[in-house]
Amino acid sequence: MRGDRGFPVRLRFTKRGKVRFISHRDVARAFERAFRIEALPLAFTQGFSPRPRVSFGLALSVGYESEAEYLDVELAHDLDVDALPATLSAALPEGIDVTGAVALADRAPALQESVTAVEYDVVVERDDGTVPTADDVRRTVDAALAAETLAATRRRKGRDVVEDVRPLVRAVDVVGPHEHGVRLHLELATQPSSIRPVEVVAALGGLAASRVLRTRQLIERGGARLEPLEADPRPRALEVRAS
Amino acid sequence: MPSLWPRIEPLLARVEKPARYIGMERGSLQPVHRHDQVSWLLVYPDTYEIGLPNQGLQILYELLNERADATAERSYAPWNDLESELRAAGLPLFSVDTHRAATDFDVLAFNLSAELVYTNLLNCLDLAAVPVRSERRRPEHPLVIAGGHCTYNPEPLADFVDAFVLGDGEEVVGEITEVLGAWKRSGRTARDGVLRELATIPGVYVPAMYDVEYDGQALVAVTPRFPDVPEHVEKRTIADLAEWPYPRNQLVPLVEVVHDRLNVELFRGCTRGCRFCQAGMITRPVRERPAEQVRTMVREGLRRTGYDEVALTSLSSADFSGIDGVVGDLVNDQDGCGNVGLSLPSLRVDAFTVDIASEIQKVRRTGLTFAPEAGTWRMRQVINKLIREEDLYRAVDGAYSQGWRRVKLYFLVGLPTEVDEDTLGIAHLARNVVEIGRAHTKQASCTVSVGGFVPKPHTPFQWFGQNGVAELGRKISLLRDDLKGSRAQVRWHDPAASFAEGIASRGDRRIGAVIERVWRAGGTFQEWSEHFDLSRWLDAMAAEGLDPDWYVTRHRHEDELLPWDHISAGLHRDFLWHDWQEALRAHGLPDCRWTPCYDCGVCTDYALEHVVASPVPPAGGSQGTGQDLDTGHVVPVELRARVREVTSAR
Ligand code: SF4
Repeated sequence: MRGDRGFPVRLRFTKRGKVRFISHRDVARAFERAFRIEALPLAFTQGFSPRPRVSFGLALSVGYESEAEYLDVELAHDLDVDALPATLSAALPEGIDVTGAVALADRAPALQESVTAVEYDVVVERDDGTVPTADDVRRTVDAALAAETLAATRRRKGRDVVEDVRPLVRAVDVVGPHEHGVRLHLELATQPSSIRPVEVVAALGGLAASRVLRTRQLIERGGARLEPLEADPRPRALEVRAS
Repeated sequence: MPSLWPRIEPLLARVEKPARYIGMERGSLQPVHRHDQVSWLLVYPDTYEIGLPNQGLQILYELLNERADATAERSYAPWNDLESELRAAGLPLFSVDTHRAATDFDVLAFNLSAELVYTNLLNCLDLAAVPVRSERRRPEHPLVIAGGHCTYNPEPLADFVDAFVLGDGEEVVGEITEVLGAWKRSGRTARDGVLRELATIPGVYVPAMYDVEYDGQALVAVTPRFPDVPEHVEKRTIADLAEWPYPRNQLVPLVEVVHDRLNVELFRGCTRGCRFCQAGMITRPVRERPAEQVRTMVREGLRRTGYDEVALTSLSSADFSGIDGVVGDLVNDQDGCGNVGLSLPSLRVDAFTVDIASEIQKVRRTGLTFAPEAGTWRMRQVINKLIREEDLYRAVDGAYSQGWRRVKLYFLVGLPTEVDEDTLGIAHLARNVVEIGRAHTKQASCTVSVGGFVPKPHTPFQWFGQNGVAELGRKISLLRDDLKGSRAQVRWHDPAASFAEGIASRGDRRIGAVIERVWRAGGTFQEWSEHFDLSRWLDAMAAEGLDPDWYVTRHRHEDELLPWDHISAGLHRDFLWHDWQEALRAHGLPDCRWTPCYDCGVCTDYALEHVVASPVPPAGGSQGTGQDLDTGHVVPVELRARVREVTSAR
């Protein structure tokens, strides 16, 4: 029916606790094994060495936690998508929990291109390791964002380059004190290129990020801000008509 | 005891590959420690990526945790970056399972698979805040135990390890646990008492219970200090592998490691009789796992782990009775799990059939490795690896014809009686292999991997003087020059590292001080070329007044007391010496699985026998399979079945 494309599904999952130290690639392998453990057949690419069709969204740096990671995968045949979160979570390492799954429209745009904004919870301290007050941090943030530009040192192809990242910083809110510093909430744009929250925090001046939690990814399309699970669902029209 | 995780966690943000230290593998456990249990920390003294797949360690981890009176966790040598962070933060070596301090455990048990990790053992002890020398330890310190192949010459580590375990660990870990449990219950009094009790367990060697005497350079006596301490310590052997279907829950690491696949052990032991091979000599006799149990372990292992590759492991996988059937079944039974790759490490070329080749290649085509070990028939007679040139060519022809493009060949240089003609014979074989490959595909290539031979204890070559650094280097250059411009690529092992390995392999107790000096001079991770420097070893030898050549390049006499003569793998010294003389005459020796026993000592002394399901040797010509050991040609011989009823899986 769908030819070799299989049945695309989008999953949302967490990466919390110790498992945040594994790489993007390790997460992909853990998912592949989880699908095999649960005997959920994946659609494979054609060719000399067939690979499952799996694609991830925005990379998450090693060491960051997340409540909102996504992955698109193609299954070899249709199945009850609502059962996937519980089934897969059981076969995944502790800290990686699948928290949502939807059947995806056939030609849904790739995650990597469609996500336009990401939100983070970040704990900051002073870059000498001492703990600032929330007011200190608020003043630093206000001053930095009031300026025309925000110069950040970014690592590009193994070299440090200084760039103005102000256009990528949508919002920096001081949430309040935290046992290891002060909590900030960041909203960063991912297009034309994404920036790491530690680079933004360092650019604010005198601060360093110690803990990073990605809280949300957003697809902004035609004025709407969509959660990736809602963005491109497979139409249920046929089932509706039949009932 | 509290987990150190909250203090370790911030350090991990600053180190390379932090996932090495988080544990969390599928199959791993979070044991709750109770005071009435004996807690073991199983340590692999190399990186996580190398240590995690170690099957011996995983088997003991499961067996100990199954016991009501024991718990076990794991640890691996932290890389230098984390080590510095730990030392700066005042934190000790820790377990990856629940991140407990090493000193919270009753036992630190090290797996020793290679001599060059010895300095890492010292470093792990020091990082654990345990005195590196046994004599300095107090009752509250953990007991330091070591097992693995290197323990067949325990002497270089005799000053640092409280007790060595020889041979299969499955049964003896339980016996040790019981002794230690009683010791704990009695309030952990002086170490001497418990050590002496451990020394009476068969297979356990406690070096402090022995006096060692020298006369000048020569070792003259190793004597037990007490009447209940055995004069010779015999290895432990499990008679029937079918009773031990472990690991049941192979650990699945979250990061990539070596041998990252399901591993199922086909059999233990090997009687092909290769004279350079310590593993083959010390693990006799052959004990096969029933084929049905292999199938079950593969099926269940794949389902539990989610792996898409399985390796059937042993010292010579194609010798397994009915290997074709097992391979065929595995390849054709893939109940919807997707493609499963199969690898057969340690394939002998004379048992590698096109049938096996075509079955394996159905699923995945990685490189194929063969180990002819030596370049000429004469040299292969000396080492008793009686593979004919035709066997090799037939095997690689089979491989290339089934679609493989890359074949890897393993060789040793520096073997006894070796002349340059033998070394150049390697190049000759490699060129012909490439030629055969080119007949099938233009992209055919061949990698020649060359290692310097290091004589090992308990082999017929234990008396042989190893080639020095310069000589090994010269032979490798000879080979490289000869293969220049050919399609065979040469890779080689650093001769300097082989020299250091030689010091540790056949050293006596005096080498302990050398190992300690190398470690104190910063020489950890000696298996890693970026960390290895022979001058540290030579400086340490000089500082101890020891002559490296006396230890490494000197031929030993028949009547010389060897440092490991009080340790027994069941092999009679007479047999080994006789086989050494046969080697010098370039005489081969048959495989006793399929031909009459020549009484090497193992089965007769330990009342064991081979557990081999098939009375028929595998296809191809080789010792015991109808081959004239002098010419390599086939002669009719009568094969006598030496087969025991194989018990089925329980
Ligand atoms: S005792 Fe005999 S049968 Fe057993 S391994 Fe030695 S030679 Fe072979």
